[in-house]
Amino acid sequence: MPRRKVLTGMLLAAGSLAGSVLVRRRAARRRERVDLYSADGSMHSFAEGTPEADRLLPLAHDLLVP
Amino acid sequence: MDADQAIAELTDISPQVRQVVVIGADGALTGSNVPDQTAERLAGGARRLLDAAEELRPGVAQLEAATTTGSVFVVRDGERMIAATTTAEPTVGLVFYDLKTCLRSIEEPGEKPTPRRRAANKPDAPEEEDDAAS
Repeated sequence: MPRRKVLTGMLLAAGSLAGSVLVRRRAARRRERVDLYSADGSMHSFAEGTPEADRLLPLAHDLLVP
Repeated sequence: MDADQAIAELTDISPQVRQVVVIGADGALTGSNVPDQTAERLAGGARRLLDAAEELRPGVAQLEAATTTGSVFVVRDGERMIAATTTAEPTVGLVFYDLKTCLRSIEEPGEKPTPRRRAANKPDAPEEEDDAAS
């Protein structure tokens, strides 16, 4: 196989991978979540749909209402 | 520095931050950049959020609740607390840093401002023992 075709294929594959990573990151960022940081430096993150987030997110929504 | 001045500096350097309230050690509202009624609502909501978080994970020092319309940040420093709302997808680390800096720059009523000492001007400071070596 000519080297040019191999290179083109590799570039396409790398572009697709980078694109999918970006799309997934953006989608993850759009999800609602609550991050709790403890004094000892630990952090717990609760995404929407978890019982913890379902308890805390409505309180946050109340504060963001204009 | 008084609370209103510190909040004005905060919103000046951090345009993502919208509404801010500072709650003193006695639980009273120390300062805000919104009308009193809105400030009381934000302060009460921040307390409820922190109390609920504390029940889930005891020892919470700070939190961010991120929604699609914006985020709510609450930072505790001892008995004092600062809460803020921001635009959606804020720079989380920067917002936390700015909120902590703002809270620590506010003097409590009756508190005397302590003059800052430069690290190089500490000839009497005892030398730290190297415990790791023993």
